[in-house]
Amino acid sequence: MIENRPVLNIASHAVLIIGIVIVALPIWITFVAATHDPVRMTQAPIPMLPGGHFWENFTQTLFGGGLSGTESAPVWRMLLNSLMMALMISFGKIAISLLSAFAIVYFKFPFRMGFFWLIFITLMLPVEVRILPTFEVVADLGMLNSYWGLSIPLIASATATFMFRQVFLTIPDEMLESARIDGAGPLRFFWDILIPLSRTNIAALFVILFIYGWNQYLWPLLITTETDMTTIVMSIKQMLEAAEQSPQWNIIMMTALLAMIPPVFVVVAMQRLFVQGLTETDK
Amino acid sequence: MLKRVHFPTSLLPYLLVAPQVIITLIFFIWPASQAVYQSFLIEDAFGMSTEFVWFENFTYLATDEQYLGSFGRTIFFSVCVAFLSMSAALILAGFADRIVRGATTYRTLLIWPYAVAPVLAGALWVFMFNPTLGIFPYILEFIGVDWNHYLNGNQAMALVIFAAAWKQIAYNFLFYLAAMQSIPRSLIEAAAIDGAGPVRRFWDHIFPLISPTTFFLLVINAVYAFFDTFGIIHAVTQGGPANATTILVYKVYNDGFVGLDLGGSAAQSVILMFLVIAMTVVQFRYVERKVEY
Repeated sequence: MIENRPVLNIASHAVLIIGIVIVALPIWITFVAATHDPVRMTQAPIPMLPGGHFWENFTQTLFGGGLSGTESAPVWRMLLNSLMMALMISFGKIAISLLSAFAIVYFKFPFRMGFFWLIFITLMLPVEVRILPTFEVVADLGMLNSYWGLSIPLIASATATFMFRQVFLTIPDEMLESARIDGAGPLRFFWDILIPLSRTNIAALFVILFIYGWNQYLWPLLITTETDMTTIVMSIKQMLEAAEQSPQWNIIMMTALLAMIPPVFVVVAMQRLFVQGLTETDK
Repeated sequence: MLKRVHFPTSLLPYLLVAPQVIITLIFFIWPASQAVYQSFLIEDAFGMSTEFVWFENFTYLATDEQYLGSFGRTIFFSVCVAFLSMSAALILAGFADRIVRGATTYRTLLIWPYAVAPVLAGALWVFMFNPTLGIFPYILEFIGVDWNHYLNGNQAMALVIFAAAWKQIAYNFLFYLAAMQSIPRSLIEAAAIDGAGPVRRFWDHIFPLISPTTFFLLVINAVYAFFDTFGIIHAVTQGGPANATTILVYKVYNDGFVGLDLGGSAAQSVILMFLVIAMTVVQFRYVERKVEY
């Protein structure tokens, strides 16, 4: 506090509250739509206050067949698929990035820099710019409609490798010297010293990667054709298409709500790690 | 780069980098090189024969009005998204930086749209602006605006810009707030003693001091608007009406998967790759300079 300006303080709070209202409005409307019955949701203007059908919609969405008149997997199945994909992507990325960062920082071997640049290139090849050929590769490997196909092509990561490289470079050399004097081999040193020392970085990265994995859209859209393998984020688009014939906005918005609760929960519950992860991976 | 003390050469480091390198080769390098190769080919309508045509796909794109139009729209879209979300985030961060009590509560309430998937953000906005049911068309009718983004290309563009900017506010806010909080208090206090009011202090001190962050966010927002907004477009407008919202990433997908024009789609992919490379180079050069200072 530099000076006391009560009017400005009140104005600051007011602006922030207006900002929050604008940011939260879409979610509020989603929540409200998920608490009404289908008939109310076909009458304009749509309600702005919650109704009494939340649990009904909740159970119908989660365990029922989703929208009536469409072929789709139950929502609990899609949530499970999303969870599997998000976890496989985040653990996979962390594991292979830890290993390659360890090799690049702690070993001297021919082609070390070559490997480093090879990994660096992945930064420049987002999935959106090479969708067709990557799809062909996955199809040739028979990985369509599987958890492997959903996750493996996305787990190579330059940013995670860079981040762990930065972390390892800040660990004092004396650690390695003393570990070697005590007779620890490379793997022992990696497992007993490096991993525990980078624990918070791993956790922070996990928060970011979980959200990244959960929110994947284009990739699952391409490689899943069986309804059993659809993810929750994908299903929204299919429901929006179905809504053009038979609008059941209460179910659609309940599904949207269920799709955003896990990543939002992760961000809010692990806010400190989330902020750390965000600033570390992007710099 | 390498530790002064390190392990002796053996087979082990190769095994350690193997998973990352194998996945990179199979799912990144190989498909990317395929995209480059295919961009030099033209396939006939039935997929029976292909012909090697050098740069014909590219020269075709350079004269294709649809492609050039899509390029222009992508730039317009990105500029609008970056400007809207960055200025909203700057205003919110500027006020949040002043507040002593409750700042973390505000932060918590402002950052979570980051976690909402782009396609979900699109779904929420398309629901709010649904021409028959949505709350905004209902309100807009009172001021004489007839909202229908299924028919009106400008309104469709506005809607995808809103949805994309909304989702990005959280990210920009976090970085702006962190930048403002890292400015030494004594600097701002000195300005206050010299008689500068809050507005003057913001424009003459805070804003110039956080300019590296602004530049960094510009690059990040451009990358976001170019590549991460596919879900929003796909959910809200599907590129329509009449291609009014077909941005480059959407066009690659549409020409390749829906239109099955392999050569044309691959050529577009190659152009996008060059764009990503350019943006990454800019981003890294900036990071280097920041380390110096």
